[in-house]
Amino acid sequence: MIAHLTASFDFHGQALMLRAERQRVIAGNLANADTPGYQARDFDFASALRAATGSAGAGIASDVMARNGRAAPELRYAVPSQTSLDGNTVDVDRERGTFADNAVKYESTLRFINGSVRTMLDAMKSHHQS
Amino acid sequence: MSLLRIFDIAGSAVSAQSQRLNVVASNLANADTVAGPDGSAYKARQVVFQTAAAGVAGRPDAAAGVRVSTITENDSPGRRVHDPRHPGADAEGYVTYSNVNPVEEMVNMISASRSYQNNVEVMNTARSLLLKTLQIGQA
Repeated sequence: MIAHLTASFDFHGQALMLRAERQRVIAGNLANADTPGYQARDFDFASALRAATGSAGAGIASDVMARNGRAAPELRYAVPSQTSLDGNTVDVDRERGTFADNAVKYESTLRFINGSVRTMLDAMKSHHQS
Repeated sequence: MSLLRIFDIAGSAVSAQSQRLNVVASNLANADTVAGPDGSAYKARQVVFQTAAAGVAGRPDAAAGVRVSTITENDSPGRRVHDPRHPGADAEGYVTYSNVNPVEEMVNMISASRSYQNNVEVMNTARSLLLKTLQIGQA
């Protein structure tokens, strides 16, 4: 029973961790916006979440997670929209957009968690009040 | 916690960009320096950025910070001006000034300050997200 109660927390918890991880990757891209030869990186959030929570992709990702206790999505290189002479592929505008987008989605995941906490607490309380 | 590491990453970038601003300030301050007795004037300097791993064990491909690896000196010859009455003039009456190009330095300064602002913004966002995370489960 308790496992059923916390199942939705697990899902949103994984999503939150992946959002934080993505935020970190994008912060790294923005930090290296002026570094010669640096190649921008990112990961596909949907497939990373599927690998972290679903049974279909329970390969490497969950192994690493079991070891580190955190998600380890596969990083890919961004396709540069404008090439530069020094080999840097960070598109600052795109990264800033992705950063803002990811921050909003992180917050919405937080609200989902808060919502389910409140729902569960209400379910526990209602018996005493009636 | 990934969000906490954002402070390291953005912090390293802020520090590197401020070092770049420092070098620009030094170049601009010395833009009109003349050659000393040894005949060589101030040479414009420039920082070289390098990706620095943010210390994630076993994951070298993970997002990383940035650091200043070296500071290079511009070796192009300095600006020479004919002014025989100048105390720093050589035998032919030429004074050698530093090779700083003020226009380049101003552009460099604007670029550095924009990057600095970007990374401060990243830290602010990470900070507000972390504060909201701390409030999980509070009514």
